[in-house]
Amino acid sequence: MSTTTSTDSRARGKAPAGERVADWADGRLGIYSLAKANMRKIFPDHWSFMLGEICLYSFIIIILTGVYLTLFFHPSMNEVEYHGSYVPLQGQLMSEAYKSTLDISFDVRGGLLIRQIHHWAALVFLAGMFVHMMRVFFTGAFRKPREINWLFGFLLFVLGMFTGFTGYSLPDDLLSGTGIRFMEGAILSVPIVGTYISFFLFGGEFPGDDFVARFFSIHVLLLPGIMLGLVVAHLILVFYHKHTQFAGPGKTNKNVVGMPLLPVYMAKAGGFFFLVFGVLAAVSAIATINPIWSIGPYRPDMVSTGAQPDWYMGFSEGLIRVMPGWEINFWGHTLVLGVFIPLLIFPLVLVAIAVYPFIESWVTGDKREHHILDRPRNAPTRTAFGVAWITLYFVLLVGGGNDIWATHFHLSINAITWFVRVAFFVAPVVAFIVTKRICLGLQRRDKEKVLHGRESGIIKRLPHGEFIEVHEPLSQEQLYTLTAHEQPKPLELGPEVDENGVRRKVKAGEKLRVKLSKGFYGEESQIPKPTVEEYKEITSGHGHH
Amino acid sequence: MKKLSARRRHPLAALVVLLLALACTGGLYAVFAPADKAQADETAQSLTIEEGKKLYTVGCASCHGTGGQGTSDGPSLVGVGAAAVDFQVATGRMPAATSQGAQVPRKKNIYSQAEIDQLAAYIASLGAGPAVPTEEQYGPEGADAAKGGELFRNNCAQCHNFTGKGGALTHGKYAPSLEGVTPKHIYEAMLTGPQNMPSFPDSTLSEQNKKDIIAYLDAVNGEDTESPGGLSLGGLGPVSEGLFAWVFGLGALIAVAVWVAARTAKAKKS
Amino acid sequence: MSSQDIPEENLPAAQDTSHGAVKLADEQNPFADPGLPPHEPRVQDIDERAAKRSERTVALLFTVSMLATIGFIASYVTIPVDKAVYIWPIGHISALNFALGMTLGLALFCIGAGAVHWARTLMSDHELADERHPIEASPEVRAKVMDDFRQGAKESVLGRRKLIRNTMFGALALFPLSGVVLLRDLGPLPGTKLRHTLWSKGKLLVNMNTNEPLRPSDLIVGSLTFAKPEGLEEHDHGFQTEIAKAALMLVRIQPDDIKDKRSLEWSHEGILAYSKICTHVGCPISLYEQQTHHALCPCHQSTFDLSDGAKVIFGPAGHALPQLRIGVNDEGYLEALGDFDEPVGPAFWERG
Repeated sequence: MSTTTSTDSRARGKAPAGERVADWADGRLGIYSLAKANMRKIFPDHWSFMLGEICLYSFIIIILTGVYLTLFFHPSMNEVEYHGSYVPLQGQLMSEAYKSTLDISFDVRGGLLIRQIHHWAALVFLAGMFVHMMRVFFTGAFRKPREINWLFGFLLFVLGMFTGFTGYSLPDDLLSGTGIRFMEGAILSVPIVGTYISFFLFGGEFPGDDFVARFFSIHVLLLPGIMLGLVVAHLILVFYHKHTQFAGPGKTNKNVVGMPLLPVYMAKAGGFFFLVFGVLAAVSAIATINPIWSIGPYRPDMVSTGAQPDWYMGFSEGLIRVMPGWEINFWGHTLVLGVFIPLLIFPLVLVAIAVYPFIESWVTGDKREHHILDRPRNAPTRTAFGVAWITLYFVLLVGGGNDIWATHFHLSINAITWFVRVAFFVAPVVAFIVTKRICLGLQRRDKEKVLHGRESGIIKRLPHGEFIEVHEPLSQEQLYTLTAHEQPKPLELGPEVDENGVRRKVKAGEKLRVKLSKGFYGEESQIPKPTVEEYKEITSGHGHH
Repeated sequence: MKKLSARRRHPLAALVVLLLALACTGGLYAVFAPADKAQADETAQSLTIEEGKKLYTVGCASCHGTGGQGTSDGPSLVGVGAAAVDFQVATGRMPAATSQGAQVPRKKNIYSQAEIDQLAAYIASLGAGPAVPTEEQYGPEGADAAKGGELFRNNCAQCHNFTGKGGALTHGKYAPSLEGVTPKHIYEAMLTGPQNMPSFPDSTLSEQNKKDIIAYLDAVNGEDTESPGGLSLGGLGPVSEGLFAWVFGLGALIAVAVWVAARTAKAKKS
Repeated sequence: MSSQDIPEENLPAAQDTSHGAVKLADEQNPFADPGLPPHEPRVQDIDERAAKRSERTVALLFTVSMLATIGFIASYVTIPVDKAVYIWPIGHISALNFALGMTLGLALFCIGAGAVHWARTLMSDHELADERHPIEASPEVRAKVMDDFRQGAKESVLGRRKLIRNTMFGALALFPLSGVVLLRDLGPLPGTKLRHTLWSKGKLLVNMNTNEPLRPSDLIVGSLTFAKPEGLEEHDHGFQTEIAKAALMLVRIQPDDIKDKRSLEWSHEGILAYSKICTHVGCPISLYEQQTHHALCPCHQSTFDLSDGAKVIFGPAGHALPQLRIGVNDEGYLEALGDFDEPVGPAFWERG
């Protein structure tokens, strides 16, 4: 519709109401230009591209249910005597925070459901982010131009961990209080300033009267505020970069193939929000989470066995459990290495995966934009690194649950701890080597498939009595998909002498880079993909089956 | 023997038994009539001890020694009291297998209660120790479950978990789950401290305290204990919750995502 | 090191032969991109009855959602909040929680399922391709921006007037300090607070269970008892903070079995009083194995040998549990002979 006709129709007052509202908004917000770029934006279809949506929606659900919970929760550590509906706690002393959580669970109709949705959604949110991050990692979707969005996502994961930690600490129950105590001990281990930070955080000695109120504002305001901003930025960048896609016929680095936002993705993504919410509501109807009434109110002199944090903090729990108890005393000071080293490794484990994209781009020297995803097997070194990292993460998770493993598999807790101590160093290396081998094997199989076709399962007997399996040649779509990936050559050190015969100085960084590049792209790290010549030779030699 | 069992099935057997029972009751009354009570008690007691000693010699002496003095295979039983015997034997822990792991597990009990009482009487005769508690001591009357909860969290939860689901100790030992353990046995365990469990004698954990703890356990880990929020996932806390969130929460959502993103079936070419 | 010096020939040739150019099967290159496959219709595209069925399914899902919402409201109004119900295989659960969760879940799930089914079966499923455009600006745009920036920077005279620049950076760097200073009153300074507990000479050891002072005869060999200092009551303000340091674990071991000499000296007839707070990160440690005399921390599995001065024998704790020196007063009650001689709980920098 041209401007003149729309002006005309507006003048005549005949345009439908919706259009008039849109016109009004466009005059003030310029929504038409925005819609032009985005309304029919194309999104590719793949289930793994929806993992991020699971996170987004569970985040929204957490905010909605969280706001409801704040209406009833009292973030106060005043000690009160309980006289509510839960009999096995009658007359017990507890903080108001704990009491109001009991009231939400037993006296507010639907309060228990909302509490459980909030907590289950938080666990799923973090699990979703973990899987989403791994999807991005293993397909190489973090490459240029998406490195910054990778970092945004990583920050969301880390902030999510701490938002979760401050959240489950709020009810001031015996389990979460034990976690807070652990946090206090970890802070105390920080050299020089640790004691001061602890006193400032808790308003004095542990536990004091302040931390619930302080954690409350961190949990409902500070961290979610930052996260909301990051989520918006993350989404804007997804729109701006357009989504990545897997290699396939018609899919190139310069286009994106899929369905338009309006109507298909509006319905699919919008519908998916309700599906996620629906599943979480059903889970919350079926399974209980954090039943604080059976855990009891916090007392610093009480504890229960099986004291673990929520799963996303589990790897830090593993670190602290398997660390030997090193402690150095000197000049009237104590260096608590047994606690401080795990406290340092904790961020390092996370940072290791966060900086990988930058290391890879430095090693490969690749500065081009990438919009076609890698199949994990076609990037064996990256895949192997990712699997090694996941292995380390899960070894530590096992360490964090060593007592539960011990009781449920009839093992010795000491043996598990020793196993984790060894596996911490050995398992990632083994995982790296094994994964790389598997990737190369899969590459070989792909090559085989391209050159000799797919095994059809049909056995044919040749005239001279030999049995052969008939191989079906692949379609051109399949041939293209299996050979579309790139195989860069490793970097080489330049000649040792320059054109004037003067010895060139080779920096150590350069040498390292060449070495790493060999690790990424050397003969050991990729199977040369079939060439057109190879293919023609074999197909013409074989004739037709 | 055969004759006897054949006669037992005779229609008149019930009548005979009834008459015998009546006669016995009368006779027993005569025997236990207040005047001679003390002496009669003594006789009955020594009879029970005799029986217990026989059972002991067959089932226990090989490890604990012929006089309960203990050997390298089993501790001395002098002074452990009847409560310890009742707990160990009735929960099937004793007699233990000759080669057990880190800890003697609970298993099926092979003695009748009468036999256990005889054994207990024999062991109690070796040296004074805690007696088997009565229903009055561990029953629910006059118990305060909430106070019991506080006591449980202070004294018991560190090994047995918040609601008594059990937990790990060093080198493969464990604090067992308290699910389905009778109040009497819980009382006896607190009183006597079986295996590596420390004891909580009445002087430090009063009778009322024990009663409260038992009432609490019944409230949070009994047969009809309510789990308002749904499946309790073993009552193990965040580990099982995390596993559930991954497998059923995220798992279900990924299954849904696969459906949302899948291509719709194409019409078959004809 | 810059990465721009990577020789171009090491990077693979650009893969994207512009799309559309290789629509027909390429005799020369069997691996060439055949282009987007042609669209194939779904059943719903060619059979109106199938489309009608889809429409009805979607409408049914939306209707079920409406019913479920009505069910949600009805459950909220009719089911008492404390009503329990047995549902196989879940167990005894809250009827209201289950009803609300299931109806809410169903209502939401059906909306989502309806929308997705609608999108999958009735909306157009023609695959479309969007062109991508490079994110980087063209060299002209880049040059223009650079020029503009230089012009602006020049006009600001910031580069020339160094005094302005330096003082401005100084001001900007300093003012956040106000924010840091404001955090000072978050808490008091540590002082020596972590070094002292409520225990002092003459304080009776009060049984946590019965709230009565303890006598040596109350504790038998193999027993485990927790004590607090006399005068500290649960209802006191600051109880939590005090008990976090003062909590005491009492065990009785045959004096012959006590290996550590100082430990034996500080005990009373084999009654040993150790801090209940783990020296690792402060969990109350009290998983006492009376046969091995080991105490295990339930949080991180530090293991202490209570018969040997509570030395660490396994796990991440760095030093032994502090022991409280105890004796008996004239009336025969157990009393402390002073405070702990070292800080209890987790180690910290100033602990020394």
